[in-house]
Parts: sequence; C-alpha cells; structure tokens
Amino acid sequence: MQFFLEVLIGGLLSGVMYSFVALGFVLIYKASGVFNFAQGAMVFAAALTFVGILEHGVPFWLAFVLAFGVMVLLGALTERIVLRPLVNQPPITLFMATIGLTYVIEGLAQGVWGASVRGLELGIQDEPIEWLMDAANIGVSKFDLFGSGVAALLVALLALFFQHTRIGRALRAVADDHQAALSIGIPLQNIWRIVWAVAGFVALVAGLIWGARNGVSFSLTFTALKALPVLILGGFTSIPGAIVGGLIIGSTEKLAEVYLGEYVGGGIDSWFPYVMALAFLLIRPEGLFGEKHIDRV
Amino acid sequence: MFYREAGQFKTSYVADQQIFPIAQDRIGMLLILVLAFLVVPAVFSEYWIKAILIPFLIFSLAALGLNILTGYAGQLSLGSAAFMAVGAFASYNFMLRIDGLPILVAFVFGGLSAAAIGIAFGLPSLRIKGFYLAVATLAAQFFIVWALTKFGWFSNYSSSGVITAQEIQIFGFRFLSPESKYLLVLTIVALLALAAKNMVRSSVGRAWMAVRDMDVAAEVIGIRIMHTKLLAFAVSSFYCGVAGALYAYAYIGTVEPEGFNLDLSFKILFMIIIGGVGSIVGAFLGAAFIVLLPIALDVMVQEWLHGILPPSISSNLQLIVFGGLIIFFLIVEPHGLARLWQIAKEKLRLWPFPH
Repeated sequence: MQFFLEVLIGGLLSGVMYSFVALGFVLIYKASGVFNFAQGAMVFAAALTFVGILEHGVPFWLAFVLAFGVMVLLGALTERIVLRPLVNQPPITLFMATIGLTYVIEGLAQGVWGASVRGLELGIQDEPIEWLMDAANIGVSKFDLFGSGVAALLVALLALFFQHTRIGRALRAVADDHQAALSIGIPLQNIWRIVWAVAGFVALVAGLIWGARNGVSFSLTFTALKALPVLILGGFTSIPGAIVGGLIIGSTEKLAEVYLGEYVGGGIDSWFPYVMALAFLLIRPEGLFGEKHIDRV
Repeated sequence: MFYREAGQFKTSYVADQQIFPIAQDRIGMLLILVLAFLVVPAVFSEYWIKAILIPFLIFSLAALGLNILTGYAGQLSLGSAAFMAVGAFASYNFMLRIDGLPILVAFVFGGLSAAAIGIAFGLPSLRIKGFYLAVATLAAQFFIVWALTKFGWFSNYSSSGVITAQEIQIFGFRFLSPESKYLLVLTIVALLALAAKNMVRSSVGRAWMAVRDMDVAAEVIGIRIMHTKLLAFAVSSFYCGVAGALYAYAYIGTVEPEGFNLDLSFKILFMIIIGGVGSIVGAFLGAAFIVLLPIALDVMVQEWLHGILPPSISSNLQLIVFGGLIIFFLIVEPHGLARLWQIAKEKLRLWPFPH
C-alpha cells in the first residue's frame, strides 16, 4: 500500500510536468486554432537560452527576464513571418508549418548556444521530504512538490489573467469566434502575439523545471510528445483539462510501468499514455473537458 | 502550341474514361516510363541509383499510401513509418519461416499484415476526428516500434534487434546489382501507382473524397462510413507496408525498428504536403523534393561554406534551412508542387497565345 501510494504520488507529480507543456499547447490552440507542434522546441529553446545567459554571469532574475524577452521576440516573429501569411489556410497546413518551425527553433537554439548537455540548479534538492518520510514512510520529492506548486501558481495567474483583465477578455472572445471578435474591433494580430508570448512564458517555466530535473539537453523536445496524450485526454481547448489530463496520464503511466511493465518486458511508458488516451477518447471523443462539437450538414 | 486537346474527339465511353484523356499526356507518360525503365539504368551511376533513385521510388510509394489516407480520405495520420516497419518485419518473417516462399508473395503478405494492423489502428477514426485522430495514430507509431523492439520473435532473436533482409530472388534470378533492384522497385511502384490512380477515380475514391469533404453529408447520401474509412486505412497501410518491405530488401538491407521512427513519419507527411495533398503525381514530386533536399543542402554547405563554419553550426544550419523551406513552401504554394505542375500545364495549353 505504501509503495502504491508512493508510485501514485510520484506519478501525479510528474504528471504536473506534462501539464506544463500541454498548457502551452492549449493556450495557442484556444486563441488561434493552431496546433503548435513547436511547443516542445520552445521549451527546449527557452531553457537553453536561460542557461546560456546564466553562464555569462548574469544574475538569476535578469536571465529569466532576458530569456522571457527572447521568447516574446520569437513569438512575435512567428506571428509575423509564419502565421500571418497563412491566415485562412486549413488547420493541417498550419500544423505542418509549426513542424517546420520546430526544426528552425531547434537549429537556432543549438546553433547559438551549442548542443552540449547542461545542468541547471534552482536551489531545490531532489530528495524526499523528511517529516512525511518519518510519519508515513512515503517518499515524496521536494523538487516535484515545488514543481507542482509553481504549476498551481501559474494556472491561478493564468485564470486571473483570463478572467479579470481586458486582454484576457479579448483573448476569450478571439477563442470563441475569430470573425465576431474582429468585427467588434479586437486586434487579432496583437492578440496572437500576446498568446505566443504567454505560451513562451509557460515554455520558459516548463523548461526551467524540466531542465533542473533532467538537465538541459535536446531530449527536452521529446517532452512535447508526452504532452500530446495529455492534450487529447483533457481536450485541446481546456486549461483545467490540461492539468487533470496531466495528472491522469502521469499517475497511470507510472502505475502501469510498475505493475504491468514487468509482464511485457518494461519500457511501456513510451506508448501507454497514448493507448490510455485513446481508450478515453472512444468514450468521450472530444476529451474530458473539450467543447462538444456538433456536426451539421 | 504542342500541348492542347483541340481536335481530339471522344467517340466512345472507353475513350472518355481514359486515365490520360489528352494524347500528349499519354505520349509524355510513355516517354517517362521508357526513360525510367531503359535509359536511367544505363545512364546513371551506381551511386545515384543506389542512394537517390531507389529511396526516391520507395518513399514515393509510402507517400502514395499516406496520400490515399490523408489526401483522399481526409484522415490525418502520423504513423506511416510504423506501418512501413510492419511491412518490413512481416516480409522478413514470412521469408524466414515459410520455406521456398516467393519473395513477391512475401512482399504482398507484408503489405497485407500492415493492412490488418492499419485497420486495427484505424478503428478509432470512427469515433474521433482531426487532430485528436492524428495524435491517436501516434499510438500506432510508438506501440508498433516498441513491440518490434521488445519481442525478440519479430527479429528472430537477433541480439541487437536488427534484421538482415534475405537476398531477393525471383524465378532463380538473383537481384544483386543496384540496377536490377532499381528495376524491380520501379516495376512494383509503377504498378501500385497505376492501381492507386484507378482507385481514386473509381467509386471507391469518390467515396473517400466525399468522406474527406464532409463525413456527415457522405453518410446521409448513403456512403458506408465505417467501410470507407477502414478501407482507406487498409489500402494506405498496404502501400506503406510494401514500401517498408522494399525499404528493407532493396534499399537498406539491414533494418532495426528504431529506423522507422517518428521522424520518418513526419518526412512522409512532408512529402505529401509539399508534393500536394490529394494528388498522385504530388506524392512523387514531394518524395523527390524531400529525398533530394538534404543531399543538395549537404553539397551546398560543403561547396560554399566549407571551412568557414564549424561543423556543429553547419549541421544546425541544415535543420534551419530545412524547416525554413517547409514554411516557405507552405506560404508560397499551400497546395504543393502538384498545383504548380497543374498551373504549368494550363499555361502550356494557351501558349504562345494567352488571349
């Protein structure tokens, strides 16, 4: 039982990490209908930029601001160079363009900062919490807990931003209906730029947390692949969906690896989240919190 | 002046329903086939045939398969490389375990195995659509590669998981030289392309296109959705499976499951996007582009920038240029090279008097 709880909690906490990446996807999909495959590359680029700046002896907060500036610039350039000429194209074309963008971002980031694996120290140790270890004999990593705390804070901030600011209202209007939003004078291009900047911010936070855990290397881009099942499980358009989906995927993935993995030779976490999400979709085709889509002829 | 249908009257239904209704097209196609079958093996060097033309043909076949599924039936798939893997490993196992099985039959069995797996992974398409389906096909990609790696039976318990394709032998003739392999691949690809062209202009293809354009409307006019979608998955996977078998037998020789990774799936998707979604000729144009581009980039970097840039940057430069070109193509011609080809043909019809 203790072991089960430990695995479950570990899974839930790692699920929070997946939610981070999924969150960036959802933000962009909600506002512009673009399935942004480059989110994983953005996480990688953000973390690499941060570490690269840090290596020049820049203080932590300034490096954070500078890296955020780079992500904002990247978002603005993407909007100007890639998205604006592709307005009104079918979604698959936009999706392909973001795959192209993935290559460009990965190439640029590695070209500027080099391809070597770097460590990142946030000052929080990856060790079990002592009092919990003593009281219930369950090991919960401090670092994971810190990560989930940051995630909760981030989601709360985003919720406030979306509900209580002018820009947030405009964002929701654009997400609802592009044309209606345009017709009442909401500047669509500005909104897209802001959304990409916010997604860049989320990518930066995700990159820092992931990077501090596993080191900043090219393998960060693969986290995007883990975020995709989270995304279809939670629904493409739902922020709570990204969080809940992440928790479900994270915990079932770990539990399956521990309890089922030994029967089939292990390593099932590469595909189990997808099959899991697929099974879910068969019951609810639009994901847990996705908008119900009604087809009309 | 030379390319117009004026004066070509159709007096029978047979003439009206030809694949190439214009005589010049027929002659052009014949010329291409003659060139491909007779002139190319004699003229091109071994390097070109082995490293460029054979992969080009094999990828064209895979792109053709994906184009049937995505371009004609409208079901976005990111798992085509996995179906290639199924074809390659199934052919290998059929050859290994059934004595004296003709290799062409093994290819067909490999394709059929891929088709069966394709139907299984196509089942979710009956419930989910669009990007949800695309992500769901990733399940096929990861699961199949994992299963082929994990279960030693598929690779005949080779310690590294790598299989070595058997020699190709048909009626006692051994296909050893690149030229003979090229001709074999070309024959198979030409036949399957002809079959695909005929499929998409028959009732099957029309049903696919109706489902692509709007599946609810298609259902209303009496098209069986389940049958149509699963058939598209089966045919597409069959093509990918045969392409995978050829990839193993005629191109690489030794393959491992990891070779059929997500990158390859994306590559095939790029081929149909750049070539033109929903076009047979587009699959070939796109495959040519994607196969030639890295080689051309390599040569250019070697020639122009040799010594100027350190190697780490030049490899990243390739990534950037590759990604940038894809974005550029999507912006300039979202309907792909096939559309450019069509525009060129229409211009040619009016030339030299455009008014």
